[in-house]
Amino acid sequence: MLCDEFDPLKEKKLEIMDKDGNILRKDLMPNLSNEQIKELYYYMLLGRVADTKALALQRQGRMYTFAPVLGQEAQVAAAYALKKTDWIVPAFREQAACIYFGMPIKNFFMYYMGHELGSMMPKNIKILPVSIPVGSHPLHAVGISWASKIKKEKDVAMTFFGDGATSEGDFHEAMNFAGVLKTPTIFYCQNNHWAISIPREKQTASKTIAQKAVAYGMPGIQIDGNDVFAVYAASKEAVDRARNGDGPTLIEAVTYRFGPHTTADDPTKYRKDRELEYWKPRDPIERLKKYMAANKMWDEKQEKKALEKAYQEVEKAVAEAEKTPNQSVDEVFDYTYAALTPQLIEQKAYLNKVHDEKRSRG
Amino acid sequence: MNMAKITMVEAVTNALDYEMSRDKSVVVLGEDVGVDGGVFRATDGLIKKYGSDRVIDTPLAESGIVGASIGMAINGLRPVAEIQFMGFTYPAVDQLISHASRMRNRSRGVFTCPIVVRAPYGIGVKALEHHSESTEAYFIHTPGLKVVVPSSPSDCKGLLISAIRDPDPVIFLEPTRLYRSVKEEVPSGEHIVPLGKAKIVQEGMDCTIVSWGAMLHECMKAAELLQKDEIFPEIIDLRTLSPMDTEAILSSVKKTGRCVVVQEAPRTLGLSSEISALIMEKALEHLQAPVQRVTSFDIIPPLQRGEQHYPPDPYRIYRSVKKVVEM
Repeated sequence: MLCDEFDPLKEKKLEIMDKDGNILRKDLMPNLSNEQIKELYYYMLLGRVADTKALALQRQGRMYTFAPVLGQEAQVAAAYALKKTDWIVPAFREQAACIYFGMPIKNFFMYYMGHELGSMMPKNIKILPVSIPVGSHPLHAVGISWASKIKKEKDVAMTFFGDGATSEGDFHEAMNFAGVLKTPTIFYCQNNHWAISIPREKQTASKTIAQKAVAYGMPGIQIDGNDVFAVYAASKEAVDRARNGDGPTLIEAVTYRFGPHTTADDPTKYRKDRELEYWKPRDPIERLKKYMAANKMWDEKQEKKALEKAYQEVEKAVAEAEKTPNQSVDEVFDYTYAALTPQLIEQKAYLNKVHDEKRSRG
Repeated sequence: MNMAKITMVEAVTNALDYEMSRDKSVVVLGEDVGVDGGVFRATDGLIKKYGSDRVIDTPLAESGIVGASIGMAINGLRPVAEIQFMGFTYPAVDQLISHASRMRNRSRGVFTCPIVVRAPYGIGVKALEHHSESTEAYFIHTPGLKVVVPSSPSDCKGLLISAIRDPDPVIFLEPTRLYRSVKEEVPSGEHIVPLGKAKIVQEGMDCTIVSWGAMLHECMKAAELLQKDEIFPEIIDLRTLSPMDTEAILSSVKKTGRCVVVQEAPRTLGLSSEISALIMEKALEHLQAPVQRVTSFDIIPPLQRGEQHYPPDPYRIYRSVKKVVEM
């Protein structure tokens, strides 16, 4: 078991591939075909292309504030360890993993263009809406997977959150419930070192986040979160454990956000440039690309083709999202309850009347 | 006295700075309030001046921030906690309702809780989900808490200073959309606006408009529309929502005989409902028309592309005032 060898109390960290794409631990290399590795790579690339486009749109005023995933795309490999019938309960920096898992790309754009439809998943895609109140949602993953256990189903739930979220009381409650009830939950913490301006060491006096698992009576493991193979191997083990009825796991994926917390902040105010210099060569996408090139699975021609495909998918999604009209009165009222209440019927009629009057006044 | 033309967010910094320099027990704490200077820069520069023992970057935990502030206050400090947005105060609601509001009462005055919890609030800056909340009623409904909402830089400074000096817990809500949109002259030193006192912003005879925060500015725009119809409302800025200046409302209503209350919060059980009931109880015989409420709706604040449907705007205020005046 990886969690045994990489005991969080001994401050071990799982790394399978180094920053130059060399395999350090062949014995731990997950069982992935070349085609699967290429698929993983493509979705990481797609995540990055979508993100880069979003940043450009935001700067042009065509999109509102969002949290870039830039640098954390290896999260795709965590979702890759799930079955598509499982659940994802995201925070707000998991667009790459969610797009892989079946969230239409246009949903990402629509949500941050200010449209509720962005949170509406297609049928059978079990991804909850993003959760902006930090750390509040891992409890939902516990409840979802607990229900699955009670119903004797095999679906598991994976929840994503950041280092900052582990300071919230709800994180404690989620971990405790999962530990006590042995729910099939995977807690995937993306420790990207910064909660806006607060560095990881000011967030918790724990040496690692992974070792918090021990106190809740569940396995925990710290991994190189930019090493796609480590991410997959640890996630797969946790998913299998959950599905086999052996309870939850906490994975601490050590990663780094290359950009700002959201487009509304300026990381140069609180971060040193040399940090970024350290992390840039550990870019998860570049690392996997180096591995694929060294193993003759990938060349510039394939890269170009993949990029073109990603650009096309993203452009199509943006065009569709931008075509979506502003929300109507119905859209902002009608989902408050299963049925409109008498009060809402009256308020809606009033608002429609006001809009008509305004139109007639010009 | 020295005056400087500043924004509301600068007025917050200025008030904090002034109080910290005057009283060593005042400390500022919250997420990103130190090195980063706060997400809206309201605490910019304070850590340099007062150090990290008095300008404290906390872990990311709102209940922790407020709960720890309660303890600090009990033990003699004057904590001013920042919660990044009103929509993130909810994890701290247990601490506010179960502890901050009732510590004085439970200990029969032996332990008290002079904390200030500041939070930007309200819709209108095209912010993310949970960043547009206007749920002051939760706090107004809680005995033991005071609730303050400034609508101008000068009031903001004066009210924040009063809040910090107040012996009881104060929820201080800063309308995000006014943070940088209004500039005015604000005294640079001591400047106090007492809690519990409303302000008549514009005098008039035809109808009383009661409002607060960002909505006050919509009321002023509505007054311009009304002027064209030769209707002259009296506009009251409540400033402190709890305890409310009932006298200011009643004496104005007794003069005008009409009242429209404008709030950004959802309609049901907002403060406007309370004001309406108050007028019914204490000034019914002076009324020439029923009190009207202009409010947001009983729905979740919509994301940016639906914001236009939500808060009161000058036209909605205009038509309600016109309606009561023509009754």
